[in-house]
Amino acid sequence: MLRKTFESELQGVKDEVLRLGSIVEQTILDSVSALKKRDLKASEQILQRDREINAKRFEIENTLMILIATQQPMAHDLRLLASSMEIISELERMGDYAKGIANINLRMGDQPLLKPLIDIPRMAEKGVDMLHRALTAFANEDVEAARAIPVEDDEVDALYNQIYRELMTFILQDPTTIERANWLLWVAHNLERVADRVTNICERTIFIATGEMAEIKATDDEFWKGRKAAG
Amino acid sequence: MTQNGAPQPPLEHVIETKELGIFYGAFRAVTDVNVKIRRNKISAIIGPSGCGKTTLLRAFNRMNELLPGTRVEGKVLFDGQSLYEPSVDPVEVRYRIGMVFQRPNPFPKSIHENVAWGARIHGFQGNMEELVESCLRQAALWDEVKDKLTQSGLALSGGQQQRLCIARALAVQPEVILMDEPASALDPIATLKIEELMQDLKQRYTIVIVTHNMQQAARVSDYTAMMMLTEDDSSGTVIEFDETNVIFTRPRNKRTEDYVTGRYG
Repeated sequence: MLRKTFESELQGVKDEVLRLGSIVEQTILDSVSALKKRDLKASEQILQRDREINAKRFEIENTLMILIATQQPMAHDLRLLASSMEIISELERMGDYAKGIANINLRMGDQPLLKPLIDIPRMAEKGVDMLHRALTAFANEDVEAARAIPVEDDEVDALYNQIYRELMTFILQDPTTIERANWLLWVAHNLERVADRVTNICERTIFIATGEMAEIKATDDEFWKGRKAAG
Repeated sequence: MTQNGAPQPPLEHVIETKELGIFYGAFRAVTDVNVKIRRNKISAIIGPSGCGKTTLLRAFNRMNELLPGTRVEGKVLFDGQSLYEPSVDPVEVRYRIGMVFQRPNPFPKSIHENVAWGARIHGFQGNMEELVESCLRQAALWDEVKDKLTQSGLALSGGQQQRLCIARALAVQPEVILMDEPASALDPIATLKIEELMQDLKQRYTIVIVTHNMQQAARVSDYTAMMMLTEDDSSGTVIEFDETNVIFTRPRNKRTEDYVTGRYG
């Protein structure tokens, strides 16, 4: 096989993207778990993890730049490298969402949670599960899976909608809860964005495999539909 | 010209082949090529060694028939007219469709004469000094040679010699310039100069370039023809012809994909 070295370098890129992805997945789950337990120390650690995610992203970006400059990739290889650049940027932003959740926990200080967290951890689990499968689809260049996963974003949007309504009820009943309700709303919003970015990863996977560059579905649909229905 | 004498707009495709096959004696070198070369664009022909790239290129201006025993089947249309009709003068064809070769081959004459000679033979009646300057300018060589026009063309560097050959081709006012690996004997800087020059030239001419260097095809051309040997491995054909962007980012043909990603062979 010609270009055996390059082949193994391409595989290396995929492995690194998956590695970054798995750190991001764990960081998102841990950020919500720290919030749920009001564990400030754990949230401090999330901030550190986010810095590691950022560093790892730059490291992969550098590898990609070097491969593009030295190997002149074409066709599928070019699509893989260019898309990997995009995907690591999506992952880095997801890391920022986890950091955002950690910061909310830290800013809440010693104030108790407005309510026990039930749907927020569900959103996190669902989003992370989608992310995990999206990255598997990326690694296997599985177009079918990449087309199917974004549809599940509706479930995340539905949870977001439910959380939104619930928090609004708290605020209406007792306006002094505004700040604490708002914090949780930010958390839910960050998690909703995670699922949206999973869709972007799936779009890139389809592009790598087929060369077809298309948006799978507009983001926020279900949430805003839900808001409209709620009046 | 139309019947009422009004000039027709130029055809969008300056060269078109129809089921073109090319033979060297009994050996079939090229099979069933159907391509349309768009006017004022650069079209590249890429493919592995021995797949018939140069043979195809040389069929565009009847250069192959300088070798005895060569024949073609099918058609090559130039501005809509069949190039291989008995009434067509091959010398006239080669004026209108010029060629630049792999190794610069200036005449052992002065720089000035290298450009002027072909035009003079062709019966050019205008101001020769202006023509020489214009062609050397178009070939991006004027500033480097304007003070030594009487010196031998062979005294120039390789890159300059190649640009002199381009100027020489321009002097007979062709419509199309065929380039057969025009930069393969040049260093990277001279290569980039030729590539830049091609971008200027395509405003006025149509360029078809054969290159072994895929990156060069990707850099300079608007359209790319991918040539490969046919399944029985005996003759070459164009397996995919499309916009260069498509060929190098999302080719349709698996063999093109394998070739451009370096997995061929």
